[in-house]
Amino acid sequence: MISIEPVATPGAPLARRNPVAKVVAALVFSFTLLATLDPVAPAIALVVELAVLPLFGIRYRMLARRAAPVLLSAVGIVVTLVLFAADRSGRVLVDAGPVLVTTGVLVTALGLALRMLAVALPGVIVFATTDPTDLADALIQNAKAPARFAIGALAAFRLVPLLGQEWQMISMARRARGVDAGQNPLARMRLFVSTAFALLVGAIRRGTRLAVAMDARGFDAGTPRTVARRQRFRAADGLLIAGAAALAGAALAVSVALGTFRPLIG
Amino acid sequence: MRGVDLRVERGERVLLLGPSGAGKSTLLAALAGLLPEDSGEQEGAVEVDGVDPRADRERVGIVFQDPETQLVMARCGDDVAFGLENRGVPADEIWPRVDEALRRVGFPYHRDRPTAALSGGEQQRLALAGTLALRPGLLLLDEPTANLDPAGAALVRRAVADAMDGDTTLILVEHRVAEALPLVDRVVVLEPGGGVRADGPPEAVFAAHGDALAAEGVWVPGRTVPPRHAGAAPGDLLISADRVALPPRLAPIDLAVRAGEALAVLGPNGAGKSTLALLLGGLLRPGTGRVAATGELAGRHARTPPYRWRAPALASRIGSVFQDPEHQFVTGTVFDELALGPRRIGQPETAVRATVDGLLDRLRLTALARANPYTLSGGEARRLSVATALATAPRLLVCDEPTFGQDRRTWLELVDLFAELRDAGHGVVTVTHDPDFVAALADRRITVTREPSDDGTGASGEGVEAA
Repeated sequence: MISIEPVATPGAPLARRNPVAKVVAALVFSFTLLATLDPVAPAIALVVELAVLPLFGIRYRMLARRAAPVLLSAVGIVVTLVLFAADRSGRVLVDAGPVLVTTGVLVTALGLALRMLAVALPGVIVFATTDPTDLADALIQNAKAPARFAIGALAAFRLVPLLGQEWQMISMARRARGVDAGQNPLARMRLFVSTAFALLVGAIRRGTRLAVAMDARGFDAGTPRTVARRQRFRAADGLLIAGAAALAGAALAVSVALGTFRPLIG
Repeated sequence: MRGVDLRVERGERVLLLGPSGAGKSTLLAALAGLLPEDSGEQEGAVEVDGVDPRADRERVGIVFQDPETQLVMARCGDDVAFGLENRGVPADEIWPRVDEALRRVGFPYHRDRPTAALSGGEQQRLALAGTLALRPGLLLLDEPTANLDPAGAALVRRAVADAMDGDTTLILVEHRVAEALPLVDRVVVLEPGGGVRADGPPEAVFAAHGDALAAEGVWVPGRTVPPRHAGAAPGDLLISADRVALPPRLAPIDLAVRAGEALAVLGPNGAGKSTLALLLGGLLRPGTGRVAATGELAGRHARTPPYRWRAPALASRIGSVFQDPEHQFVTGTVFDELALGPRRIGQPETAVRATVDGLLDRLRLTALARANPYTLSGGEARRLSVATALATAPRLLVCDEPTFGQDRRTWLELVDLFAELRDAGHGVVTVTHDPDFVAALADRRITVTREPSDDGTGASGEGVEAA
């Protein structure tokens, strides 16, 4: 089950910053980290991310739940690399038949896993603390995104949870009609494709009806829109972005100073 | 729709009637300025306050049938504000107008309430508020209660009644005429094929055209339907549910269905009626308790519960009709749709043809045999979805709201068809909100409740009705 509702404690100082500022800060922070391949900079970044978490009003357990897919992939990376990496340099730690774990392998694997976590967590934090409506409002008002795009995406987004129920209904209706695939993988594939097609047809019809209803209420009719919910971009929002850039830069600087910096390019 | 001449004065409240396919919704869309340029040949002119509504939509507001696809925003207040923002209403006027519109429809919640947490009737009231906030001179309602249970429909009708003032003109399309009459002072009947058949005060129109309209499927008020109860006592047990539950959707319930009886499953929204239908249909695995088919229904399959049967075995024993017919359509033509089940259970092609032709004829679908199921009208789609379930000749038929939004003609056909099946020894289970349907067909009723009742089951039977 994909959870999309924001979970932050209301009023947490960083959670209530402008959504566009939060997204930009997360992007700046993550992109800066992409510049290096070493494990030190992402480790520092992770410490920073976990340290600022209370300012976003998220509990650590909640973050772990939201970031579960990322954590799982990180574990997956470590396991895969430890088992299959070609580079077997460094001191041998474990030698159990086909499994040969060396310090070189372990450092590479942990470095990659850390990097992925450090790059992904800012995004997880931002979306866990941002209401989709607020984000759409801020995109229109502060980032000058077209309302046609931002509100349209928001309305479509609201219909996404329906797709899961719809899939279940279509599958059951097919079984009631005598259509199932049994153990035959080819039949399974065909049933999957035809169910997906039915789902798509339904989604398009719903989308069309929604578009007509929005049209009827004057959406995108050429009249300049006003806004009911004002989103402001304040000095503190600028500071959030600057702070993110400075902290990510500091993580890189430490890595350079320690001599572990390995640039992505060159 | 063609050749319609109609003049509606400010403040009039018009009920637009006509047989299915007469162009009621098309006329409303034209009045709302929502007909796409490429949607067919257009002739004549539509004017609201002397202006083409496509050029100036501000005078007209429209509410549609489906609550799910009318709400745009995640919070109730934001949704009402959406239209005001689009129209460029100054920001400081928006929230007072939102609150006023919510008050006008008697909306019971704060404007921060998530729209997803509303019932269908509440969502439709919100959609009405979103339209009224724009202060349209002409309010168009296109079957706003067709997708709602009776309580939700009453809620919406009351909101419409409360919201009308002397300045607002109303044009309403609604097939449940008796319920809609208190809202209107004029009835206009469209002629299928073109023109206006009748126009005037409700009493005069129904006195002159009531019989013809009823025959064409309009729910003319004051016409009762003769009941079709079973003539004989029910036969062998077909299926039984023993303390079946699926938390949190359905509380434990006991149930038995016999051959030759029509059982109606009643209960409020959210009590788990549809879930019960899926459990009986062998489509969901029970959380606790068990559903058991007898040898009479299932033969050698009676040893395993229906949810574990292979699909062809299931389809030839238990037929399920879903609330939304479109969920059930698999193929590209009406003919193939009907042939699918018989082919899946291995009938020879000559037998398939005979079955399909019989069903096409019985359910007035012969002319549509080559049509795509997705292009059918509501009544045609419903008839097809029932026919597909019958194509494999299951002994037990489980239907979820089969009469939802149907015109009188299809409704009567469904009563006849189910009564015939019942009298031929089938078991018929219908989950329904429709009191007339229950009165006309059901031999026995069972009510599903949200809370377990005193005897520990979520159901209370009301015994056999007087036949």
